Amino acid sequence: MIKSSAAEMAQSLASGATTSVALTQAHLNRIAEVDEKVHAFLHVDTDGALKQAAEIDASRARGEKLSPLAGVPLALKDVLVQKDVPTTCGSKILEGWRPPYDSTVVSKLKSAGVVILGKTNMDEFAMGSSTENSAYGPTHNPWDLTRIPGGSGGGSSAALAAFEAPLAIGTDTGGSIRQPAAVTGTVGVKPTYGGVSRYGLVAFSSSLDQAGPCARTVLDTALLHEVIAGHDPKDSTSINAPVPQVVAAAKSGDVKGMKIGVVKELNGDGYQAGVRQRFEESLELLAQAGAEIVEVSAPNFEYALAAYYLIAPSECSSNLARFDAMRYGLRVGDTDGASAESVMNMTREVGFGREVKRRILLGTYALSSGYYDAYYGSAQKVRTLITQDFNNAFAKCDVMVSPTCPTTAFKIGEKANDPLAMYLNDIATIPVNMAGIGGMSLPCGVAPEDGLPVGFQIMSPVMQDQRMYSVGAALEAALLSKWGAPLLSQAPSLGGAA
Amino acid sequence: MSSLSRDDVANLARLARIEMTDQELENLTTEFGVILNAVARVQEVATTDVPATSHPLALTNIFRTDVVIPSLTPEEALSGAPASEEQRFRVPQILGEEA
Repeated sequence: MIKSSAAEMAQSLASGATTSVALTQAHLNRIAEVDEKVHAFLHVDTDGALKQAAEIDASRARGEKLSPLAGVPLALKDVLVQKDVPTTCGSKILEGWRPPYDSTVVSKLKSAGVVILGKTNMDEFAMGSSTENSAYGPTHNPWDLTRIPGGSGGGSSAALAAFEAPLAIGTDTGGSIRQPAAVTGTVGVKPTYGGVSRYGLVAFSSSLDQAGPCARTVLDTALLHEVIAGHDPKDSTSINAPVPQVVAAAKSGDVKGMKIGVVKELNGDGYQAGVRQRFEESLELLAQAGAEIVEVSAPNFEYALAAYYLIAPSECSSNLARFDAMRYGLRVGDTDGASAESVMNMTREVGFGREVKRRILLGTYALSSGYYDAYYGSAQKVRTLITQDFNNAFAKCDVMVSPTCPTTAFKIGEKANDPLAMYLNDIATIPVNMAGIGGMSLPCGVAPEDGLPVGFQIMSPVMQDQRMYSVGAALEAALLSKWGAPLLSQAPSLGGAA
Repeated sequence: MSSLSRDDVANLARLARIEMTDQELENLTTEFGVILNAVARVQEVATTDVPATSHPLALTNIFRTDVVIPSLTPEEALSGAPASEEQRFRVPQILGEEA
């Protein structure tokens, strides 16, 4: 039962073949069996999930009209607040904090009857590409427990790949939904910026952060996308326009006549041979499905990484100023006569991890008087150039594509002491955030040299998210008929009953 | 070439209100040398004729009508406070007492 897609689970619930309580319990059992090895969850809300499931079952028994995913369980990244459920953002500074309100994403999940199993592990405040920066220890990739599950949303992607949940929520500032999806053989979408409300999403870099859906199939991702998307008056950057028809696009998977632009600069040197091979094969499949493959150029993408590591730290240094030991979270050194400033200094020293401190200081420097123009100002100009590159390319094609990551999952610890090598992981995902457009990663096979999953990235223009779902669904269908079974059936079993 | 001295990094830590150990300052000074050289590449293409983008959306002020809507109770708002007193956040001493 737990290996089905969310759409299939929803069908079983609707037909009465199973109940939400049984389905939720099956996933809780799976978590109990395998999460000691995977460590996808920071908190499992057993009672809350079962209570929510029972309510859905009761509504269904009364014949009430339910939304399509009602009763299906989900794993929530620990950066979105859920009332009375611990929210840590993977940081010691928020250990034990229970938010007094729901984020808009959580409100929408609850009203759609999606059952929230618990909170997933992540790099502290979403800063990282491996979950190694979590203050609560790393998550392990279900494909190979010695490897990273991606980051920052490695808990969400690992939960999907380990069949601990059929649906998950991630957030993507520079690739934190797409890179974890790529390295775990799952699907992840960063919607258009402003497509999903940021209310109740603990901010890292406000002009880049975007919550989005994660699942094991393109259709499941689309179903979840439509649950969480839409205008929210509580987020002033939320787009007030109809949600793109992503479910219809995922169901049709029609790419006939579509122009697919291969980004010249996001391939070649620095990309692992097996990644390139699977990517090229996918292009052939899309061509066979009726799409036209063209080459597009984005000459300024090579500056995206540098600009990102100025813009994101600058915004983070400002956003994380709220962790001041005064209103919530950790407080250290509050002894008689201690000043507020010294309490603040000590709390932030103890409460923040190494990468978070590194980025706060980098941002403080980039924004400081005398350096602002050279660093933050220049990075903002690069942002303009990248957006222009996208506009020029989208004049020649409907979607753009690239490998999601240059390599497959690396070993835990391999890049932990080399921040620049770690940052390079996000080279193909960052441009999307800079321009605020949509991006998807879906599995396109395993690399022959290491047997690990490879991600295929699809990028679509602002509020044209349905296009990436059409292309994703077409590629997924072509790959499935080639393989005969979903890619995840090749992953190790991890023991347990499933 | 960009580089920062250990004192520069210590000053940044002070501005960011993080009390760092000597070892941390040492490590960050080394790392910043490498990182700043990498990110300084933005200056290669950031010429004066390129406008800056601060945000992906064209933002305008959003106003809502001035009506009372449900909000947190004082108890809820204070529920995560490290210390509170008489429906207020209790904070350590803010003004210095020494001359």
